[in-house]
Amino acid sequence: MTLWIDIAALDDIPPRGARTVKTAQGCVAVFRTFDDRVFALDDRCPHKGGPLSDGIVHGHAVTCPLHAWVFSLETGLALGEDDGSVSTYPARVEQGRVLIDATRLQTWRVA
Amino acid sequence: MKKRLVIVGAGMASGRLIEHLLDAAPDQWDVTLFNAEPRGNYNRLMLSPVLSGEKAYEDIITHDDAFYADRGITCRFGEPVVRIDRAAKVVVTAQGDTPYDRLVIGTGSAPFIIPVAGKALPGVVTYRDLEDTNAMIAASRPGAKAVVIGGGLLGLEAAAGMAARGADVTVIHLMGHLMERQLDPAAGYLLQKDLERRGIRVHCKGATKAILGEDKVEAVLLEDGTVYGADLVCMAVGIRPETRLATDAHLEVNRGVVVDAQMRTADPDIFALGECVEFDGQLFGLVAPLYDQARVLASVLNGGDAAFRPVQTATKLKVTGVDLFSAGDFADKPGREEIVFRDPGRGIYKRLVLEGDRLIGAVMYGDTADGNWFFQKIKDGADISGERETLIFGPAFAGGVAADPLAAVAALPPEAEICGCNGVCKGQIAAAIEGGATTVQLVRARTKASASCGTCSGLVEQVLALSLGDAFQMPTAQPMCACTDLTHEDVRRLIKAQELKSMPAVMQELGWRTSCGCPSCRPALNFYLLADWPLDYRDDAQSRFVNERLHANIQKDGTFSVVPRMWGGVTNARELRAIADAADKYNVPMVKVTGGQRIDLLGVRKDDLPAMWADLNAAGLVSGHAYSKGLRTVKTCVGTEFCRFGTQDSTGLGIKLEQRLWGSWTPHKVKLAVSGCPRNCAEATCKDVGIVCVDSGYQVGVGGAAGMDLHETQRLVVVETEAEAMDVTVAFVQLYREHAKYLDRPYKWIRKVGLDWIKSQVLDAEIRAALIARFDLSQSIYQKDPWAEHAKPDAARRFQPLADLSLEAAE
Ligand code: SRM
Ligand SMILES: Cc1cc2nc3c(=O)[nH]c(=O)nc-3n(C[C@H](O)[C@H](O)[C@H](O)COP(=O)(O)OP(=O)(O)OC[C@H]3O[C@@H](n4cnc5c(N)ncnc54)[C@H](O)[C@@H]3O)c2cc1C
Ligand code: SF4
Ligand code: FES
Repeated sequence: MTLWIDIAALDDIPPRGARTVKTAQGCVAVFRTFDDRVFALDDRCPHKGGPLSDGIVHGHAVTCPLHAWVFSLETGLALGEDDGSVSTYPARVEQGRVLIDATRLQTWRVA
Repeated sequence: MKKRLVIVGAGMASGRLIEHLLDAAPDQWDVTLFNAEPRGNYNRLMLSPVLSGEKAYEDIITHDDAFYADRGITCRFGEPVVRIDRAAKVVVTAQGDTPYDRLVIGTGSAPFIIPVAGKALPGVVTYRDLEDTNAMIAASRPGAKAVVIGGGLLGLEAAAGMAARGADVTVIHLMGHLMERQLDPAAGYLLQKDLERRGIRVHCKGATKAILGEDKVEAVLLEDGTVYGADLVCMAVGIRPETRLATDAHLEVNRGVVVDAQMRTADPDIFALGECVEFDGQLFGLVAPLYDQARVLASVLNGGDAAFRPVQTATKLKVTGVDLFSAGDFADKPGREEIVFRDPGRGIYKRLVLEGDRLIGAVMYGDTADGNWFFQKIKDGADISGERETLIFGPAFAGGVAADPLAAVAALPPEAEICGCNGVCKGQIAAAIEGGATTVQLVRARTKASASCGTCSGLVEQVLALSLGDAFQMPTAQPMCACTDLTHEDVRRLIKAQELKSMPAVMQELGWRTSCGCPSCRPALNFYLLADWPLDYRDDAQSRFVNERLHANIQKDGTFSVVPRMWGGVTNARELRAIADAADKYNVPMVKVTGGQRIDLLGVRKDDLPAMWADLNAAGLVSGHAYSKGLRTVKTCVGTEFCRFGTQDSTGLGIKLEQRLWGSWTPHKVKLAVSGCPRNCAEATCKDVGIVCVDSGYQVGVGGAAGMDLHETQRLVVVETEAEAMDVTVAFVQLYREHAKYLDRPYKWIRKVGLDWIKSQVLDAEIRAALIARFDLSQSIYQKDPWAEHAKPDAARRFQPLADLSLEAAE
């Protein structure tokens, strides 16, 4: 089951940028790439907790602002030399609105 | 007996429906066709060639009087339907009721009008029908001024059409690049360039504030204060399905009239098709799917069981001479890859989007010959794994075509300047090579190219390689990053030589291999562009490292530090009190005196930054740029004001320098100090620019540092007056801004170009004056307190989370 929640207008997120969404489990970073796709990932770098939403977004990847680990926005996996991953959540754009799937966020709370 | 079919709207979709329906069953239907426009079906798409003068209205009529007469169709043109009475099964017009057995709604869309003052003034038109087109034709006298609001498909066709008739046309577009729904920034850039070449002015990121005029339009005012004079304004900002009849009849309507796969509305006798419908949550704005709907509906009305299934659509812009193609699905789904091809010389850009082994989207500009080949692959969902490597070269591919690292230089015209210092262009270098200069040293000896600052050596080598082919051995230079083979120096010079003024321009013309760069090249390009084109380029916050984007230093735990400027290290009780109040109010965990003679508030939460800045601003404190590649601090000692040894007012000079230089962006950080005597209490001899005051004047040193490398300054000059000391400093900083590689501190740059060359520039009165003038011009744009800008509500919002789901999730 999916539970799409409308969180904002696409234009609230700068192109090649990110904003955060507060959830009961911590912050989720919502990225908007150059081609107007959106991705939602946990906003905590597995290295030392850097806020990924503050990183530079390039192609479909983001570089952590603290020590420059690079993560694929599509898979949440660290690219290159580094080893680690962040959780990803389904997100999409519809009619200029950003929707994210809150199912997992909720299940976690119940668990 | 024939069944009575009433059709509301003689548009693209219903015209096609009539053809299919009556071809299959010529004697079954008694058709009545209502149209609000005083004419029958014509090809709406072709209004653009009519506007540009390439066609006449007569050429685009699809169904003439004879067509309707032959088929016994009752035409009620110029007679809008005002109501549907479902109980009585009639449609209502000014002339009375018309009964139906089956009803088809094909009312298309209505243009969207942005709700600004002046929107109803005479002279404001939309672009939908022949009346609009004729209004634009009438207004497009040579020299007349036209403003088009909206840089999408329709707006640009309107603009090109009016420009073709001689009007002076400006396009205002809200987004960062044209046709953003179909094109990525790179293709949008090429399109803009093509339109500008036709004399059309393009203003992106322009929000219309009001349309001005007394009894008719006179001008358009934008939010940023720009005003464009206008005899005619065409609003082409979007369309909205025309659903009023269906809504009033209580049919199911979302954004469009909701239909099932048989095009049936909530009422089994009422159908709808075209732009007014919504199917499966989707709206339709291009004719291809509408034609499919027409075929399906004809079959259904004739008792068949066809079903509508939306397919992908492709877009082309119908502007003669502009070659653009975009197709497929760019919506977000994980697991996608892209292939990018650019040929700067020919202005070609192609991008393919892949998902797994399938091609799902394509954008092309400049050469769209293969567009349909790609489109077919997208529609077929063909497996492309076998041809992945060569796919982008299209069907004509035969043998590998490797990306040419020399393409950017090859594309330069002979008159393009290669060596800025000595004004040597590519043609002169090529001539020298032809005359036997086969090495960089020989070229340098004969033409002076690369003889001065040397940053163009890489380009000279490339011209050599192009002219001599294999006979020339290229020395290996470090490219800027993995996105290009060019070095920083090459890129800086090409940005100037080719007058590249935007990030997409650089990436396109210099053949970048990625769609939007990487964290190494983007901050560098952003700096080069803003340093070279302060008036044209707009700073791109998304290409900056977090510290510069948020104007605060990020800390190890994701909080930030806030350092207000303390001019020359001087403060007072009022400022200190404001700092103390801010520390209390925002629970600052640590207040520290920095090594730069000012105070750091460490551990501030991102959400609190704008409010804290507003508080500090209120006390007259501005950003200290402790985070920037820009002017950091100007340390001073007490000097003549208080010190018994002081020879000049070192504190005063330091403050003046800081006030002159603050806010400017530089290749790396820049720190200054002014000491009042050779005892040097301000540590001026290890700064990027350090001034030591002596009885006879001011010793200006440059290239010092005390970070990872320890360097003493080298003497640039000794001057007699404070004014001269300031001039020399400003000119030096500007020379550094114009020439250094991004992330080279001055000492590294000086090592590359030599102190002698720097002296020859900064100490030449004429060159110095020009450097200072360019610095001041840049400051007129960039010397703004970023805190004040970001504390404004609109910008401050960006520091807060988009949404808070923690409450919702807790329910
Ligand atoms: C706050 C401060 C330390 C302090 O508590 O005193 C400081 C803090 C940082 N310095 Fe520094 N530097 C500070 C004075 C200095 C000085 C002393 C000076 O300016 O007189 C130096 C040596 C002088 C020089 O630059 O030549 C200095 C040489 C560096 C360097 C090495 C630069 C180099 O070219 O070798 C770096 C690294 C860099 O910039 O790449 C650095 C980088 C940093 C960064 C920005 C590291 C980072 O990227 O996060 C630190 C930010 C800490 C934070 O969270 O705010 N800091 N740093 C000082 C702020 C001064 C100010 O008021 O703006
Ligand atoms: C200038 C221009 C260029 C275009 N270029 C392209 C292109 O290159 N490619 C592409 O695929 N698409 C293009 N389009 C879009 C395309 O024209 C539309 O998708 C298509 O015309 C929609 O067809 P339709 O039958 O739904 O509506 P329309 O063709 O708009 O027809 C609807 C008709 O219904 C009438 N009507 C509305 N309400 C009532 C009422 N209450 N009573 C009676 N009549 C009513 C209207 O007057 C209108 O004549 C272009 C559009 C324009 C304006
Ligand atoms: S020396 Fe500078 S960069 Fe290093 S820990 Fe101290 S403040 Fe941070
Ligand atoms: S915390 Fe992200 S790279 Fe170190």
